Amino acid sequence: MSAVAETIETVSAVTEGGYKWGFETDIETELAPKGLSEDTIRLISARKEEPEWLLAWRLKAFAAWQTMSEPHWARVEHAPIDYQDIHYYAAPKKKTPKTLEDVDPELLRTYEKLGIPLSERAALAGVEGGQVAVDAVFDSVSVATTFRATLAKAGVIFCPISEAVREHPELVRRYLGSVVPAGDNFFAALNSAVFTDGSFVFIPKGVRCPMELSTYFRINARSTGQFERTLIIAEAGSHVSYLEGCTAPMRDENQLHAAVVELVALDEAEIKYSTVQNWYPGDAEGRGGIYNFVTKRGACRGRKSKISWTQVETGSAITWKYPSCILQGEGSVGAFYSVALTNNRQQADTGTKMIHIGPNTTSTIVSKGISAGRSNNTYRGLVRIMPRAAHARNFTQCDSLLIGDRCGAHTVPYIESRNATAKVEHEATTSKIAEDQLFYCRSRGLSEEDAVTLIVNGFCREVLKELPMEFAVEAQKLLAVSLEGSVG
Amino acid sequence: MALLEIAGLEAEVEGKPILRGIDLAVPLGEVHAIMGPNGSGKSTLAYVLAGREGLRVTAGTVRFEGQDLLAMEPEARAAAGLFLAFQYPVELPGVGNANFLRTALNAVRRARSEPEVDALRFLKEARSALKRLSMADEMLRRNVNVGFSGGEKKRNEVFQMALLKPRLAILDETDSGLDIDALKIVAAGVNALRGPGFSALVITHYQRLLDHIVPDRVHVLTEGRIVRSGGPELAVSLEESGYAGLAAEAAAA
Ligand SMILES: Nc1ncnc2c1ncn2[C@@H]1O[C@H](COP(=O)(O)OP(=O)(O)OP(=O)(O)O)[C@@H](O)[C@H]1O
Ligand SMILES: [Mg+2]
Repeated sequence: MSAVAETIETVSAVTEGGYKWGFETDIETELAPKGLSEDTIRLISARKEEPEWLLAWRLKAFAAWQTMSEPHWARVEHAPIDYQDIHYYAAPKKKTPKTLEDVDPELLRTYEKLGIPLSERAALAGVEGGQVAVDAVFDSVSVATTFRATLAKAGVIFCPISEAVREHPELVRRYLGSVVPAGDNFFAALNSAVFTDGSFVFIPKGVRCPMELSTYFRINARSTGQFERTLIIAEAGSHVSYLEGCTAPMRDENQLHAAVVELVALDEAEIKYSTVQNWYPGDAEGRGGIYNFVTKRGACRGRKSKISWTQVETGSAITWKYPSCILQGEGSVGAFYSVALTNNRQQADTGTKMIHIGPNTTSTIVSKGISAGRSNNTYRGLVRIMPRAAHARNFTQCDSLLIGDRCGAHTVPYIESRNATAKVEHEATTSKIAEDQLFYCRSRGLSEEDAVTLIVNGFCREVLKELPMEFAVEAQKLLAVSLEGSVG
Repeated sequence: MALLEIAGLEAEVEGKPILRGIDLAVPLGEVHAIMGPNGSGKSTLAYVLAGREGLRVTAGTVRFEGQDLLAMEPEARAAAGLFLAFQYPVELPGVGNANFLRTALNAVRRARSEPEVDALRFLKEARSALKRLSMADEMLRRNVNVGFSGGEKKRNEVFQMALLKPRLAILDETDSGLDIDALKIVAAGVNALRGPGFSALVITHYQRLLDHIVPDRVHVLTEGRIVRSGGPELAVSLEESGYAGLAAEAAAA
């Protein structure tokens, strides 16, 4: 029934065109000087009043980063990034507000334009149970957090990571970098050295988080790199669903984004992590746009624990992103559901890694790549079965849809099995939107663009249905907007 | 003035002439049948009328309510009230039938400056149309034509027609592959729309459909031309003598 409404709303919402979320908020910003050095890191750490151990951790990461070089194995091309030409810290000048009334009205208007229901608009579009907690990250510093009370009652901690460092140092210290070590890769090391903020979530033993947790990221200040750090810990038997959504204002220069997300699931815990990513992709000629180099990894440490990544990627000039699961606990379950849409000159190299360590571990990968314009879309996935992972199973399905004949779709699966009892299945298809499908829709009165949107949404159905309802609607709108100008 | 006026229509596919000069007028309120051997150009004519790409019109005109139909986009033709029930309905994986239909209905209504129908009213109308066509509600939840049996696909076309309420319906062998009961249901679906504001072009190979949808006129298409037109009795005589005699007659003429 609600599925009926979805695309209809999509169709009516998408009438104007262009990148609708392109605007800048005029809020005074405090910037650190450009460039990266130990001094920059000390400055960030001091501004955030961090303990000594964290500064030491950052400096170690920085030292590691200096010995590393940018990875170039992905199918993406970009002008060299000058890491010394970036501001590594920006913060709104006003102090952290205690209530919504204290929030800068300009910021609230920004959220309004974005359609983010920050205040009680937050009972977001009738989600069952009715509530979504929003921890708004605005240019590196969290300025508003809602629904803290309800969460606190359940014993759930959901706060900016900088606050967690102060309030729950033992938890942060124990888990930070335990899934993505500081020196894991070039971008993760950079993030570890300079991360400014992000979210921290802790779900205690046996607790089902009473609401969806949601963070909206937004890049705002000119040439400010964004280095978000997210850490989610689900104790034994707990359950949490976390939503991450992004939009960014239109601008000309490329912006670097290198986030790190770490998830830890203990015995029989379940973490569902959903992302709708809509950063500025650049204009039709490929000018501007966000460079998005993200490291996301979840550790299924406990028996029968479960981690699922669902992502809808429509934005960014470059996407380099491989949300992964380390399936360590016996019988643990990993899933990756992805829609990656590229248009114009966008480049996406995305996929997942499923590392089966424990016996009876299972993983599912469903990837839907849509390429239009002159874009390039690559699925890159690794399924590794370790010797102890008896009876491990993986099922991978990779479908690519091409719109027009100047775009590219590539599938690069790596399979390594070191246990003979494991079973790995891989299916891949590539198709074009058929002329007769378009004609059929148009003969029923749909415009060509609406027909493409409908067919693309149908193509992505398996993934979209994994998203929480209100997010699915948002995702469909994004797909429609992102496809504009791809036909005709 | 007739609702549909086709004059001297010629069309080719990949350089091959298929329609070789068609003249046909369907007045408002009338149902015309088109019969003819395989490959004679019946579906091609239907596609040209609906605006399919890849067919090149090389001569002639088509007027729909006085408008130049050939200059219109397919979706504009739908909005103007033209509907084609496909000989081979197309599958749309992942697209729910209800979603598809409501999107189409509202697109057409918007183009006609009519208010859109909300989900509730749509469901009500859809359910009652399904009932009239003896189709299960489950049809609404399934993906458009995916995994449908041949007969279900045809019925789904008639269901769409019932909701979109066209002024001119072109049914391309909607009876093929239907069992007797389904045939009656489909015929009832067309007859329900019959009235002074509705016309139809019914393409068929079989008299048995025309027993249920009694046409005002019958035309015989062979090799891209209409070689014979007559009343309902023409279909009956064709059933007995076949097309061979007609073709010879046409060649002699
Ligand atoms: N895309 C195409 N390429 C080449 N020839 C085509 C194409 N489409 C149609 N034709 C040819 O055009 C002719 C008319 O085809 P059409 O489908 O209109 O026939 P029909 O009268 O509907 O036949 P049937 O009764 O079998 O449905 C046939 O010879 C067919 O092979
Ligand atoms: Mg035919």
